[in-house]
Formats: sequence, structure tokens, C-alpha cells
Amino acid sequence: MKQQLKVLVVDDEPGILMSLEFLMKKEGYQVFIARDGEEALDIIEREIPSIILLDIMMPNVDGYEVCRFVKSTLKLSHIKIVFLSAKNKESDMEKGYAIGADLYVPKPFSTRTLVSKVNALALGIATS
Amino acid sequence: MNSLILVLASLLYLAFLFGVAYWAEKRSEKGKSLVTNPYIYALSLAIYCTAWTFYGSVGRAVSYGIEYLSVYIGPTLMMPLWWLVIRKIIRISKVYRITSIADFISSRYGKNVTLGIIVTLVSLVGVLPYIAIQLKAISSSFRILTRTDSPSNSHIFLDDLTFYISMGLGLFTIIFGTRKIDSTERHEGMVAAIAAESIIKALAFIIVGIFVTYGIFNGFGDIFNKAALHPQLKSQFLMDGNKGEYSSWFWHTALSMSAILFLPRQFQVAVVENVNEKHLNKAMWLFPLYLLIINIFVLPIAFGGELLFPNHDVNPDNYLLAIPLKYDAKFLALLTYIGGFSAATSMVIVETIALSIMVSNSLVMPILLAYPKVIGKYENNLSGLVNNIRRVSIFIILLLAYIYAKAIARYFSLVSIGMVSFAAVAQFAPAIIGGIYWKEGNRKGAIIGLLSGTFIWFYTLVLPSLIGAGLFPHSILEEGLWGIKALRPSALFGLEGMDDISHGMFWSMFFNIGSYVTFSLITKATSIELNQAVTFVDVFSHSKFTDNTTIWRGTAYLNDIRTLLNNFFGERRTDRVLRLFAQKHSLNLENKKADPKLVTYSEKLLAGVVGAASARIMVASISKEEHISMDEVINILRASQELMVNNKELRRKSIELEKATSELKEANEILKRTDKLKDDFLSTVAHEIRTPLTSIRALSEIVYDNPDMDQEEREHFLGTVVKESDRLSRLINQVLDLEKYESGRQKLIKENVDIQEIVKDSIDALYQPAKEKGIKVVFLPDRFAPKFEADRDKLVQVVVNLISNAIKYCEADKGEIQIATHYVEGAIYTSIQDNGVGIAKEFQRLIFDKFFQAEDQTIKKPKGSGLGLAISKKIVELHQGQIWVESEVGHGSKFTFMLPVV
Repeated sequence: MKQQLKVLVVDDEPGILMSLEFLMKKEGYQVFIARDGEEALDIIEREIPSIILLDIMMPNVDGYEVCRFVKSTLKLSHIKIVFLSAKNKESDMEKGYAIGADLYVPKPFSTRTLVSKVNALALGIATS
Repeated sequence: MNSLILVLASLLYLAFLFGVAYWAEKRSEKGKSLVTNPYIYALSLAIYCTAWTFYGSVGRAVSYGIEYLSVYIGPTLMMPLWWLVIRKIIRISKVYRITSIADFISSRYGKNVTLGIIVTLVSLVGVLPYIAIQLKAISSSFRILTRTDSPSNSHIFLDDLTFYISMGLGLFTIIFGTRKIDSTERHEGMVAAIAAESIIKALAFIIVGIFVTYGIFNGFGDIFNKAALHPQLKSQFLMDGNKGEYSSWFWHTALSMSAILFLPRQFQVAVVENVNEKHLNKAMWLFPLYLLIINIFVLPIAFGGELLFPNHDVNPDNYLLAIPLKYDAKFLALLTYIGGFSAATSMVIVETIALSIMVSNSLVMPILLAYPKVIGKYENNLSGLVNNIRRVSIFIILLLAYIYAKAIARYFSLVSIGMVSFAAVAQFAPAIIGGIYWKEGNRKGAIIGLLSGTFIWFYTLVLPSLIGAGLFPHSILEEGLWGIKALRPSALFGLEGMDDISHGMFWSMFFNIGSYVTFSLITKATSIELNQAVTFVDVFSHSKFTDNTTIWRGTAYLNDIRTLLNNFFGERRTDRVLRLFAQKHSLNLENKKADPKLVTYSEKLLAGVVGAASARIMVASISKEEHISMDEVINILRASQELMVNNKELRRKSIELEKATSELKEANEILKRTDKLKDDFLSTVAHEIRTPLTSIRALSEIVYDNPDMDQEEREHFLGTVVKESDRLSRLINQVLDLEKYESGRQKLIKENVDIQEIVKDSIDALYQPAKEKGIKVVFLPDRFAPKFEADRDKLVQVVVNLISNAIKYCEADKGEIQIATHYVEGAIYTSIQDNGVGIAKEFQRLIFDKFFQAEDQTIKKPKGSGLGLAISKKIVELHQGQIWVESEVGHGSKFTFMLPVV
């Protein structure tokens, strides 16, 4: 089942982008990447991915705006959003969840934990 | 020459154009757009040189002497003025999404439909013959090469060739000109193709020129010496001081100055297709250079032709072809043909697309909109309708031009039709130039000026040709209309002794400008005209907050607006555009009634597709607009002006006040904010450290968990780990460094230093990175700067930091960094100036704060720790100096630090 799921990775740090792309591909997802919010929105509307791994602090359109847009669009609101951010204060996480994130993973993260969390989200999508 | 070869060459050439355009559009889709290159922009302007230039210049030089140059002197003189005029027109057109001359004039005078229609019709009447002579030039050059000189000899196939070529060009224009309807109306493929054509026509001309000058004769000197022995030729190239000649120089030059701005094709390439105002800088010298190059060989070819064909059995317009043919240089003749062909096709393509935009947006759409039934049929596909109107009009325009070329054009020479066309578009000059500099200019003035000017143009310049063709009685020319001598078309009101063009221009401009000024002064403008006048004239101060400039009040329902936009942009794009706008201005899209800001914004989006006048009608049709009285508009405008004036005074006062209380305030602030700053600083440091750490951890975990991964990929991952570790240690060092300065523990190790040496050492340290990015570094030392006491290593740190910032923010291969030192009154000023992205006013003081970069994410792009400038500032201040920046967005930055010499 999970082979068919599309995952979009959005981050402006090349190192993070390349590792997330590797991890998700290895798990068998179909992976798309974007370097800022604007590019992300284009891909979201075109591909309608199932899961988005989303950085918050990005140039132009930031992660909050992307999340708000996705969650308030009927056709897109089912997409699972995972915030990945170096803003890891309690208040930052609260804000992320308030905007509609499904998961908030603080940076730096353990790759194994991240992969299993994403897989769990994917399983939820597959069984629902 | 075999006509089959020529047909094949023409077809191959057309295929080449398709190829270039297709390739350019493919590149642009991949994000490697060609039109971001200023050279392409400058080359596309060379569309000014048509087949008329290509063949006609030589003919003109033979019959009128060096007067042919006036057509090139005009645009060259105009170029420096471009920075003033065209930049303003471009800015206005960008802000209000204007896509043609008709749209521009109608928009300026209250989005008036009538004016749009008039301008469109004048352009059509004025420019159609001009397109026709391009087609005629193609067919006559074809005839000469196949030596079927007399028309009776020509076979049917030949007549059809012109027809097929015009239809082929129509197809090209449709494919690359109307493929997508967009609110910017740019056509990258087309621009790339015409830029390529500009190169081809110049090359062809130069190669034939070299052949004539150096192949047949012995260089320039030889030709000119031989020509000087020829009495008739000699007299042509001396200015004899005859009065008429000077006035004709004046008017021809003025005419071409206006043509380079207002010919529909020039407006299209210079304004509509412009992607970056900065490209003007290059065009300002490159375009005159192009004109110079393409004219170098005009005189040698003209003289050469006269010397080689002493019996005058060859039309001078055709020397370019006839000379190679005489020497049996078939390939050169073919090359000339292709050069002329390219000059003609590029003009036809762009002129046609520009006219078709006018016809659809300013003529047909406003009229159709008056018939809701017709529009109703296309309810869901209005953009398709606009596109179809354009396609049909492209074919009709080309068909009319073809018919004109076949039926009428043979009565006139190439030159006269060109100049008459120039004179027609010159009629737009008062309304446009007045419109962007003179707020009082109004709709009635513009309409009456334009109509009277055009009427005189027709009467003095077109009518005599029609009489010559036998369409009107000859007596009008000699006796005047109804026998009144004062009404003779070529000596109006008894004005004699000028050539036709100067005479026609004098009177048409006299009436055009006269009526425009008079009627603007004696009639009142409506509120919308006034609003447009102010926003056009003051565009540079308004364009920053364009969303608020239009005064609009009324009621419109969001659903109606959405439906309207859907018709043009499709549901998905409409939804996204509206929601992003709503998010930005925190509007609620659930409301039934639309916010005025949103209505104005929608109108502007539509204006880009169908023109300002049509957009206004459409928006008006779905909204109930409240009438705003004249007084109110004036009050609002005055209020905003006063606000600006008050703001300035206020700012001045507050600066004084600030000075007086700054010390007190600073002390207070520091006390109050130290704690919070420390907190913020720590959390920013933590955040900045986590970012590289995340990459390092994730990448090394992956390498650890995947022993079987690809060797190349593994190296790439580990390489990134090393780079990120460097970034991390640099950051930690800088944090510690800064902490030392802030706590006052950092001490300076002073010695006697030379500022030039410090700068030179810094440049040497950055030689490699600057070279890799293709950036030029220039140092202008002040040799009189004395040595002084300072910490050498710390100052090198400052200069290195400033230069490496400049390298970071400069565009690769275009960057230029200028470093200068000045010794003035006991202080040494060192400045580092770049031509990079620049820094907005509001950030210029903040950038010296630590981690400013991280706070403002939108300018984050090139990475840095965000501490470099903060440390530099500390070092300079420790030397009792100061550091500051002067910059403007898009125009580079200049960092300067001052060190006192004790």
C-alpha cells in the first residue's frame, strides 16, 4: 500500500533536504522536494501528496502559511502535515499544533524515530 | 537563381525561427529563461530596423544624401532620455498591467473606451501599410534574385509565395503570441526569435558590405575617392546650408525619436516584454551601437552601386542584391535575401501581435461587453474568446496587409510609406508624454488632440498619395479643396518650402498639441480621470503601495468577482490568488461582500488580460458603484499629499528630538532590554546551532545505517557533514568572539598600520572565492592616507567580512566590488561598494544587530552566521570609529567605516 503514497519534503537547508529525501525514498514512498513555500504550494496543488514534511522558517512563503493554506482548502485538508523545526520551545510546538499540524518534530531529530513516526502516519492513512 | 532554392531557404529560415522560439519557451519552463538577459532585450529593440532599413537605407542615401541618417540619429538621441521616459512608462505599465499603447492612453484618461478605440484605429490605419511594404520587400527581393523583373513574367506560384509567407508568419504569431492568455502578456519565444533575427540581419548586411568595400573596391578610402570625382554624388553628401534642409533634418529626427517610443512593435518589445527595468542600462548603449554597426556600410554600398551601375538601370533600393548578382556571388545574394527576409519577418510578427492585442482588448472586447447576450454564450470561457478574437485579427491584419501590398503599395516607394507610418504614431506623443508629466491633461483634450492631429496627418500626407493613385481629382493638390488655395494639402495655410513630411508633421503637431493643451485647460476632468492622472504622473511615489491608490467605493459580491475571475484564470488559480491576497491583507473570504481592496486588485488582474477599459466595464457590471464626487476625490488626494508633507516635517522634527534625548533614551533602553536581549540571543544561538547539527546528525545516521549505499552518494553525504561541521565551529567561534567584545574583555593589540596594506591583504585572502564566482574586485587607494595606530588583525577581519558579504550578495559573473580609501580631516574612510541585491531602507540599521539575518527570513537566501557585521561594528567602535551602510534595493550596497587618526 505505502508504495503509492506521495511524500513532499520542504526545507531550505540542502543537508536536511537530501537526508529526508534519502530516508523517504528508502521507505518506498514517492518523494517530491521543494526549497521554499511557493515551490511547495505548486507541487501540493499538482500532486496532492499524502504527507508533507515541512520546515517552518523559509524565505517568501513560510511553513505556517503553507500549513494554513493546506488545512483550509477542502480538497487538501486531508493531507498530513509534519512540522520539522529548530524552534523547539513549548510555545512553538503549541502554535504549530494550533495551526493544524498533525505532528511536530523538533530538530535535530533521530532519523529512525522520524521514519517510524512517518510510517505510522502512513499506516493510519492506509487503514482509514 | 533557381526559385526553388529561394523557396526552400525561406521555409528553412521560418523553421529556424520556430525552432528558436520553441527552444526559448522550453528553457523558460525549466526556469532558465533567456529574456532575463539584458543583451536579448537590447537585441529585440533592434526590431526598429526593418526591411525598409535593410534595403531602403541604401536607396535613401542615393537619392537624399546623408539625410538617411536622421532615422537613426533620432533613436540615438532618444536613448539617454529613455531612462526618464521609458522607465516611467514601463513602471506605469507594470503597476497597472498595461499591455498596449491603446491600453496605456485609455487607462491614463479615465479608462476611457472611446480613446482606446481611436488609438487602435489610428494604429491600424498607420501601421498596416508599413506591414504591407515588408511583404512587398520580400516579394520584390525574390523577383530580383530569380530575375523575373516584369510582373507579366511572374508565374502564379510567385504571387502565392508572398501569400504563403504571410500566412506562415500568421501561424508563427498565433503559436507563440496567443498560446496562453496571461496578465503580463509576455512572449518569451517570440522575443528570443526576434533577437536572433536582429543578429542575422546585421551579419548579412555587414558581410555584403565587406564584400563590396574590400572585395570589389579597395576599402573605404578607394570608394570615397572615386565617389568624390563624381560631381553628382559629391553634392549629395555635403550639407549646403539650405534652410529647407535643416527643417527637414529636424522633423525627420523628431519623427524617429517618437517612432522609437510609440510604434506598436517598439512599445511591445521595449515596455510589454521588458522583464527588468535594469535592462535599460545595457540597451542605452547597446542599441545605438547596433544602429551604428548596421549603418557603417550604407555609404560604401550606395556609392559602389552608383559607380557600378552608371546607367541607372537598377533601382538603388536593390543595390544590396544587384551588386552580388553582378559579380555572380550567388551565396552572398542568398545571404542578403535571408537578411532582408529576417528584417521583414521580425517586424511583421511583432507588429501583428501588438496590433492584435489592441484590437481584442481595446476595440472588440469593449464593444462586445455592451452586448450581454454575446458575452453570455462564452460565459465559461471568456479567455478563450479573447484568444480567438486575437487569432482571427492576426489573420485579418496580415490578409489586409497582403491585399494592400498587392493592390496599392506599388504606387509608393518604401521610404514614403515608412515615414508616413512614423507620422501616424507620432500623433500619440502629446497624449502619452503629456499624460505622464502633466496632471491637468484630460480626456477631452486627448481625444480632440488625437482626432485633429490624425485628420491633418491624413489630409497632408495620405491624401496626396491617394490623389497620385488617381482616387481623387488632381485639382485638390494644385487649387486646394473646393478651390480654396489655403487648403492645398501640401501647402496648408500657404506654408511652402518644406518637404511633405516636415510640412505634415508641423501642422498635425500644431493642431494636436494645441487642442490637447487648450481643451485640457478649459474642460474639467472627471473624478476617475483625476485619479488616474495622479497615479500615472506620480507613479514612482505610488508604486510602493499600489493596492491602495485607486479610490473605489461601492458594493460588490465576492461570488460575482470569483465567477468573473474564473472565466479568465480558471477556478484553481482564481482560488489561490484570492486566498493569498486575503491572507496578506487579513480579509475574510467568507464575507458575502467583497472588500474594496479586493475589487481593485481583481480589476487590475483582469486589466492585464483584456485591457483597463474592458476590465473596468466588467467590474462595474457586477458591482454597484457609489458615485464619488469630485470634491471628495480632491480631498482624498490632497489629504494623502498633505500626509506625505507632514510626514516629512514630522520626521525632521523627530530626528531633532531624537538627537536631544538619544543619550537618555539609550541608557534607559539598554537597562530595560538587556535581560530580554540576553534571552533572545541565547534562543537564537540555540536555533542557529541546531540547524547544521540537524544535517550532521541525520546525514551521519544515514551513512551509519546504510553500509550498502552508493559510493558516490556516501561521499556526497560525508562531504556535507564536513561542511556543516565547519559552519558549526565558525558559528561557535563567532559567538565566543562577540561575547568577549560585549563583556569588554577583548583588548586591542595596537601597532603602526597602513590601511592600504590591510585592504590588500584582505583582497588577497578572498581572491579565490571572488574568482570562482566571476566577480571583479577593484581597489582605489588614497596614497596620502597616513599610517596610524590600530589592531591590524582585527581590521583585516572587518575588511574581509565586508568583502565576503559583498561577494555573497553579488550575482555570479556580473558582480563588481569597488573598494576605496579616503583620508579626510583626520580620519580614514574605507568603503566597500558592490552592485548586488541591495538592502531595503528599513533594514539598514538593523543589519548591524546580531542575528538580524535569522530574524528576517525573506532575505535569508545566501547563508551566513548573522554575526559578522555585529562583530565588525564592535571592532570599529573599539577603534573609536563608525560603520554604516548606504544602499538601495536592486542597486547594490556601500559599506563605509571611518577610523580617526590620532
